[in-house]
Amino acid sequence: MVTGRGPIERVVRLWLPVGFFLVLALFPFYWMAITSFKPNSELYNRHVMPLVLHHPTLKHYIDLLTQTSFLTWTWNTMLVAVVSTAISLVLGVMLAYPLARMRFAGAGLIAMTVAAIYLVPQPLLFIPLADLINRLGLGNTLTAVILTYPTMLVPFSAWLLLGYFKTVPMELEEAARIDGASRLQTMRRIFLPLCTPGFISAGIFAFTLSQNEFLYALIFLTKTSVRTVPVGVIAELIRGDVFYWGQLMAGALLGSIPVAIIYSFFVEHYVAGLTAGSVKG
Amino acid sequence: MSVRSEPLVGAVRPARRAATLGAWLDRQSVFSWLMMAPPLLFLAALVGYPFCYGILLSLQDRPVAHPGTFVGLKNFATNFNDPIFWRVAFNTFVYTAVATLLKMVGGLALALAMNQQFPLKNLVRALLLLPFIVPTVLSTVAWMWILDPAFSVLNWVLVLVGVPKPGPSWLGNPILAMVSIIAINTWRGLPFYGITLLAGLQTVPPELYEAATIDGASGWQRFRYVTLPLLQPIILIVTLFSVIFTFADFQLVYVLTHGGPQNATQLFATYAFDIAMGAGQLGLGASIALTMLPALALLIVALTIYLRRG
Repeated sequence: MVTGRGPIERVVRLWLPVGFFLVLALFPFYWMAITSFKPNSELYNRHVMPLVLHHPTLKHYIDLLTQTSFLTWTWNTMLVAVVSTAISLVLGVMLAYPLARMRFAGAGLIAMTVAAIYLVPQPLLFIPLADLINRLGLGNTLTAVILTYPTMLVPFSAWLLLGYFKTVPMELEEAARIDGASRLQTMRRIFLPLCTPGFISAGIFAFTLSQNEFLYALIFLTKTSVRTVPVGVIAELIRGDVFYWGQLMAGALLGSIPVAIIYSFFVEHYVAGLTAGSVKG
Repeated sequence: MSVRSEPLVGAVRPARRAATLGAWLDRQSVFSWLMMAPPLLFLAALVGYPFCYGILLSLQDRPVAHPGTFVGLKNFATNFNDPIFWRVAFNTFVYTAVATLLKMVGGLALALAMNQQFPLKNLVRALLLLPFIVPTVLSTVAWMWILDPAFSVLNWVLVLVGVPKPGPSWLGNPILAMVSIIAINTWRGLPFYGITLLAGLQTVPPELYEAATIDGASGWQRFRYVTLPLLQPIILIVTLFSVIFTFADFQLVYVLTHGGPQNATQLFATYAFDIAMGAGQLGLGASIALTMLPALALLIVALTIYLRRG
């Protein structure tokens, strides 16, 4: 690129904008964290400088874990996220493999339909789905969300995996076919083991989306014992006009940590998946 | 192996039948449709059916827990004569347009700033994506506290720099409430824009910049005539994505303002929710949600075709 830049130019062109975006992106999390450690006497005192922590306390965390059902919500959220991610990966492979490898009439149409379903936002479907779930008697069960989350996750995983599958060379599969393996054997024994990175990308995305889901959980889960973290936090830590800010922030922070940990381990896969849809190799 | 050890005569017919069944199953079309049948049936049952049922609901007067009665287009007429509905349409349009524009410009700036060599670049990129991956509801709660009427840290800073006490009421004033939801939507979506555009920027061959520099192009000209045209397809795709999901946004507004004050931030999704789940009018709610369909269908078809071609 252009050479001979002075240090001042580098500050202006690089550190100033990058620093600005970093502060903007991270401040709400910083604020979440220090609020969760502040005692109420400090939280609601306007004469104390709010940007730093003066007397840290774990009271909000202890209250959150002992006086609310936060642990139950966390367990529910994890269970739902893991099961719906697993369902979505399996069904996603079943859609993506034929679309990536087979020639058959209607393949183009199916691929288009899958992409279109992936783009249908939930607010278009939640009212009829709510009625359907009620008629099936699944209200206030985790099954309700385990069944409905894959409606977004299956087309999404299929679409992401389809892109990944197309980048895997076909020679090994052809060799297996010549050796007499059936298509199912070729897919299961030869092809799928090659696609671990694709599964990790799709899996992280599906898991993150499940943890993030709010609308279906809000409608289908109205009992404390079946709630997920986002719904539990909104519905039970805000009681009328009373906000338990310390507990709210502690809950928001703890609720964000699983996603953040998984994300930090697989950030490269995540970025690869994020850009796969729109940027060509 | 076992076949060979059996007497030949008896083994031939079942083996051939098995072979023909195997061959049939191995045909590309048979294998494909059998493989795709479970996911396709699943999607038909839980997306296709609710979609059609939603259209049917929108033509019914259907109070919750009561059977519906067919009323034709009455729900849509009710909406047409409802001033709040028009307010909602206006809000959704403003919200989508302004937030998308901000994300586009900010995302491009972020991508350009990040498209330089510097230490810890991958760490910075990972941190910048945090707003996008953390569950929206939880980060919105943090924003709610940042904008709290009594203890807003933002107002604390504003008062420090000379804004009269107690500072603006971010979520209580109709215009400021709209500004707030747009700002938070931008905060959340901007990293997605930025990181995707950054990936696009990295595919631009450096020779093009060198050639443009040799031809005497200034920094702005290199951006305008080399970078921008090459990024255009990615910008278009990301923008379509962003428009679809901003247009139908629910969580952020539901948590932060519940559509208030006085419906100033009510969007199609939150209004449909209020009518269907709050007031128990499933039919009317479905008709409000369906109002989004024509615009969404257009966007979805455009993006699907575009993704296919790429």
